[in-house]
This record gives sequence, C-alpha cells and structure tokens, in this order.
Amino acid sequence: MSDSQGENTLTTRSPEGPSRVGGGATTAPSPARRARRGPDWRKRAEIALLSGPAVLLFLSFVIFPVVMAAYYGFYRWKGFGPPTDFVGLDNYLTIFRDSTFHDALLHNGFIVVASLVLQGPAAVALALLLNQRMRGRSVIRVLIFVPYVVSEVIVGTGWSLMLRTTGAFNDVLDKIGLDALTVDWLADPDVAIWSLMMIITWKYIGFAVILFLAGLQSIPEELFEAASIDGASYWQIQRRITLPLLGPTIRIWAFLSIIGSLQLFDLVYIIWGQYVAATAGTSTMATYMVVNGRNAGNYGFGNAVAVVLFVISLVIALVYQRYVLRRDTEGALTEGKKR
Amino acid sequence: MSASAVAVPPLPAERPSRRRRDGGRLGRSGPMTYLIAFFFVGICIGPVAYIVIGGFRSNSQIILSPSGFPDPWEVGNYASVLTSGIFWRQMGNSAIAAVATTAGVVVLGVMASYVLARYHFRGRTALYSLFAAGLMFPMTVAITPLYILVRELGLMNSLAGIILPQIAFALPVTIIILVPFLRAIPKELEEAAAIDGASRLGFFFRMVVPLSVPGVITVGILAFVASWNSYMLPLFILNDETSYTLPLGVQAFAAQYSVDTARVLAFTSLSMIPALIFFSLFERRIVGGLTGAVKG
Repeated sequence: MSDSQGENTLTTRSPEGPSRVGGGATTAPSPARRARRGPDWRKRAEIALLSGPAVLLFLSFVIFPVVMAAYYGFYRWKGFGPPTDFVGLDNYLTIFRDSTFHDALLHNGFIVVASLVLQGPAAVALALLLNQRMRGRSVIRVLIFVPYVVSEVIVGTGWSLMLRTTGAFNDVLDKIGLDALTVDWLADPDVAIWSLMMIITWKYIGFAVILFLAGLQSIPEELFEAASIDGASYWQIQRRITLPLLGPTIRIWAFLSIIGSLQLFDLVYIIWGQYVAATAGTSTMATYMVVNGRNAGNYGFGNAVAVVLFVISLVIALVYQRYVLRRDTEGALTEGKKR
Repeated sequence: MSASAVAVPPLPAERPSRRRRDGGRLGRSGPMTYLIAFFFVGICIGPVAYIVIGGFRSNSQIILSPSGFPDPWEVGNYASVLTSGIFWRQMGNSAIAAVATTAGVVVLGVMASYVLARYHFRGRTALYSLFAAGLMFPMTVAITPLYILVRELGLMNSLAGIILPQIAFALPVTIIILVPFLRAIPKELEEAAAIDGASRLGFFFRMVVPLSVPGVITVGILAFVASWNSYMLPLFILNDETSYTLPLGVQAFAAQYSVDTARVLAFTSLSMIPALIFFSLFERRIVGGLTGAVKG
C-alpha cells in the first residue's frame, strides 16, 4: 500500500475533527492521526470492505433467522412454501396450556437452581484448594478441564452406557457393597433428573473451577500481605478478602450457568432422545421445541416455542444484569457502549 | 503496582512479608489437599478413561463385569473402527467443517474487529452493540428458521450449510474478544506507520494482523472446538450419513451397534482424540481465552 495522499489531506475535512478537539480528550484518539489519513470516501470504502462480509453473514445467519422465528411463530405452518395460515397467538396459547411444556419449564428451573447450588460452592472450594502451591498444579488444571472439552455427544454416549441398569455405575456400587443404591438411573422419573444433574456437574464444574482460579489470580497480592501482617488467619483471609473479591467472577459464572441451563438441549436429547425425555422427567424447553416443532413438522409452533424460550432467557438475563451484574460491568460494558 | 514480581529474588528486607504472604494466599498444601485434588481429578477423568479402556474389552467381558478392566486387552474394536471408511469420512467432514469455520471466523472477525476498534465513524457504537447483542441469541432460538434458510439456499447435507451459520454465530464472541485486543495496540505504532507512509489498510496488513496473532489463536481455538463438538446444527442440516460430522456419527453408530458396546466405546474414544490433542496443545490459550471472554 503506497500511500502518498496521506500528505495531501492535512485538513480537518473529517467531520469528527473539530468536535473531538473540543470534546473528550480521554476517549478520542489523537487528532493528529485522523487528519493525516485519506479522504472520507476512502475511509468509508475501507470500513465497508473490512466489516462488510462479517456484517452480511451475521445479519443473514443470526439476525434474520431470529426475526423470522418471531414471524413464523404466528402461523400454523408445515415448513413448505410461504406461511399463510395466520393463527395469531394460538401457538402461544397452546404452549402455555400444554402441561408437557409446564413440565419442561419446571425441569429447566430445577436445572438452573441445582446447577448453581451443586457447582458453585464445590467449584469455589476446589479453586481455593488448587490455588495453593502444590506439585503438578498445571497438570491438574488440564485434567479437570477435559470433561468440558469433550463433546456433548461423547459425554452423553459414555454416561448412558455407564448409567444403564447393567452398566458400570451399578456394577461399581454392587462391588463396594452399596447394591441397595442400584437403580435405573436413566429411566426412573424420580432419579433421572438427578442423573442429569450429576452429568452436568461433571461436565461443567471444571469450567467453573478454571474460571475461579483465574479470578483468584487477579486479586492483588498486597491485600493478602496486609491481612497477614495484621494477623489474619488463612480462613479469615479467604472469607473476608478472597470471597468478596472473587464476587465478580462468581456472578459472571452464575450468569453463564443460568443461561446455559435454560438453553440446555444436547445432553438431554442425546441421552434420553426425543421420546423418553418427557416421561423420564428430563425434558427441557429446547427439547420440547425440537420434538414438537421440527420433528412433528409444526414449524410455526416450534418457532413460537423458540420465542418463548428466548423471551424467558432474555428477561432473566436483563434482570440479572440490572440487579446483580451492574456494579461489576459498569466499567467493562458501558465503556464499550459509550463510545 | 505489584512491583515485587514473583520472579525477582526478594530483597532481604522483603523476605518475611513474602513468606507470610505465601502462607496467607497459597496456604500450605498438606496431604489432605493432594488427596482431595487427586480424588477430584479421578472423578473428572474416570468416565473418559472408562470409554477409552472399555474400547479394549470384548462384549462378553463388558457383560460379565461392566466396570472391569480389559482381560485380555482386545485391539479388534479399535482396529475395526480405524479400518472402516465411514469413520474416516466423518472425521474428514468434522475436520473440514472445523478448519473452514475457524478460518472464516478468524478472517472476518479480525477485519470487523479492526474497524470497530480503530475507525471512528457514525454508527460504530450501533454496529458493536449489534454484534454484542448476538451473544443473546443462542443457536437454539434461531435453529428452525436457520434450518429453513439453509434448505432454501440448497445447502442441506452439505458442509457449507453448517460452516456459514457457525461462522456467523461465532462472530459475536470473536469480536468481543478481539476489539479490546486491537484497541490496545499503541496509537504511537499507528502514527509511526503513518509517518512512514503506510495507509490504514497497509497498517492493518503489516502491523495489526501480525500483532493480533495471540488473540486470533484464542478465538480460533474456541471456534475450532465449538465446531468440532457442534451437535444441534448438524442434527438439523445433515441427514445423510456420508455428510455426518463425528458427533452425529457417534450417535448414529451407538444406535446402529447398540448391542456391540465395545465397538461403540472404541468409536467414541477415537472420535474424541483429535479434540483432546488439540486441547492439550493449546490448553493455556483455551483457558486464557475463556476467562478473557468472560471478563469482557
């Protein structure tokens, strides 16, 4: 890129020039740089050239389908040709009256709460433990992260083989004399959702631990020094300093966990399949959507379920951000948006 | 701030406080710590080991003792999977999809992030917010219209039908990671390049692209692993066994050979090996990338 016209345009033609000189000197880049660059049309062409492909792809494969989901949701539609049978809110009424959907919603709620309760404290404890100076720490970190990296299909296939009545899990219980505990882990409606929680915890707790470890490492050492000089014990330091300062990380993790639990699909669909999930008591809104939408050929209805799922997630996300995350993200998020 | 860096040997005067800090922060790792850590690692690795080791057993061994060790070790299951065309076919499909997705995400993501990080124009905030809002739209919500869109485009049963949406859905995270990264490139560097006669595009190709390599590796790994493990989108788009990626292949294989547990285990464990190798090579980056992504 030979560029001689940079010299020619040492003017303030850039529309942003004057206002920036007057205004926020902290956020704006140095005016000198701006003035030296090419003319306005050239800048626009560069912007279009560089961001165009990403914007185009994003609009067509993310935004457009999401908008279409809202649109299709008002139709009874088998998925071929343009939707014509406008049914208004009928799909939504059907969803809210369907006890199968209520069950799925309930399961999602349970998974949200149980994930937080089961994973959160355990992960914090493990992170504190692993944050100590010990041999093989880096190897341990890799190993506990393995379940997170292994795909849902492999996790689902492996665990369903282990948990079936004649599987390894019951066999181990038998061998260690706990044969009273052997049950049908996957089909028994009283047990299945706990089996699901066990698998979810196993798969995702490593992620929480790694996240918390990173959070622990960002706490300035001076605080610990000061506290120990003042005579604080190990436990006092953890309770009064570490946990409060780990707060932002915990809250972000909880946010990710909640959203993930609401959207849960893969593991349930792989292990229980489309027919068994509802009777085993592990169906989620997402499996309900796929089973009653595409698999049943009711595309309009499936989209309505997607909208309900999205709105529920969005409301929870907004409430959470408004009341829980706000103080943490004030710096990070608003900085990006204010510009 | 923390001038007393860890690597620097401490001044004599600092020593006492250092020792105490270690006591306060890091605690003393007694045998109990090792025991718990060992136990936890065992739980994490156990099921994976079960799959891998189970592949070395025969079906009769598995029926007689579901949780036992191979006796004798059978390599037949692995051999039969490794010599089957369908496994390699699906492995190839997964590799193509993952590599193409990664390349697309990286190229489009760096270009768009560069614009968002270093150009000033009206609508930039809106554009950034649009991509950021993409984080709120998981594929689950859009999957049905996405399926219809891909069908209308004639991309059913083709890898392009999963690659394009995967790139699009990976862009928000990519941009959110890369924009601060590119913004952090010192302005002096850009000014120096401009003085030396580089245009903004010249600066992009000569300076930004090389300097953004660490960030790019992070987002590239995230995109690769996500694509390798992707299940829902292929489930909708790929209906033909020859176009399956490995996750669908594993599921189909498990359904088809449900009585041949040993071979299912072998197939499953072979299909996770590439992701595990990839992960262990780039473990630091993945972990760093995830934590960086979360912190915004």
